[in-house]
Amino acid sequence: MGVIKSIEELEKIRDQARELINLRKDNENKTRIVVGMGTCGISAGAREVLMAILDEIKKRNLTDVVVTETGCIGMCRFEPLVDVIKPNQPKVTYVNVNPEKARQIVARHVVNNQVIDEWVIPNI
Amino acid sequence: MKELSLHVLDIAENSLRAGATEVEIKIVEDSKEDILSIEVKDNGSGMDDETAKKAIDPFFTTRTERKVGLGLPLLAQAAKATGGGIAIQSTPSKGTTVRAWFKKSHIDLQPLGDMAKTISALVALHPEVDFIYTHVKEDRVFCFSTKELKERLQEVPINNPLVIDWILRFLKESLNKLSGGA
Repeated sequence: MGVIKSIEELEKIRDQARELINLRKDNENKTRIVVGMGTCGISAGAREVLMAILDEIKKRNLTDVVVTETGCIGMCRFEPLVDVIKPNQPKVTYVNVNPEKARQIVARHVVNNQVIDEWVIPNI
Repeated sequence: MKELSLHVLDIAENSLRAGATEVEIKIVEDSKEDILSIEVKDNGSGMDDETAKKAIDPFFTTRTERKVGLGLPLLAQAAKATGGGIAIQSTPSKGTTVRAWFKKSHIDLQPLGDMAKTISALVALHPEVDFIYTHVKEDRVFCFSTKELKERLQEVPINNPLVIDWILRFLKESLNKLSGGA
């Protein structure tokens, strides 16, 4: 792919993205996914987890999900950590996440609203 | 850390926590000089001399969650294991530059790893920050700037998942070309 060709592709993607955004412009009810990106998280595989989450969001055309990060929260041995915060619901923290688990968290929790209990640490 | 690109991500995260609005990442691979170097330069809050000196001490951290800070010490250790080193230059309220260099032919050199993923991850998590990524390999140079990209994207956010996917693919292909691949 040459540079010019890929810039053309980017402009197509921009127009595609714009249509999706416009549909949901006033939607404040977004789900937040927070990935632990401290040194501990990164060395435990947080980058691959993040990329898997972003890829799954893209594949599923989810427009009401925001992905952010947090630093070390002092639970280094449970990294990678991923929080899912659905609107008006308590935060759910998944521990020792890998890319495969991350994709399932998007599919089962974010999309289908089913918390995957066996991967969760309660109340932190 | 399994690869150098993860150190780059970690060190750049330091810059972002220091409030940087612009982060320049430069990788140089030079076989003639037998050097691989990594530079992360930011315009964040910076450190005074004393703090900058302490920054590679694992038992120094400004955080309160725990008593150790391992990011820079791990990078320093990885560099020193190859006969390389690390230099931190910082000015309060101006910014910080971290430079690490490695002996390229050394058996203990970690693989550079996936820089495309590291840059994409940074852009996805910090859409408001400008990233300038330069990668020099022998006599070839690749440069990527989110400033130009943001202009092209107009009102579409750069961390839109479709855009991040494009950035990842664009970087992968560009870096492949840099390495001599088609």
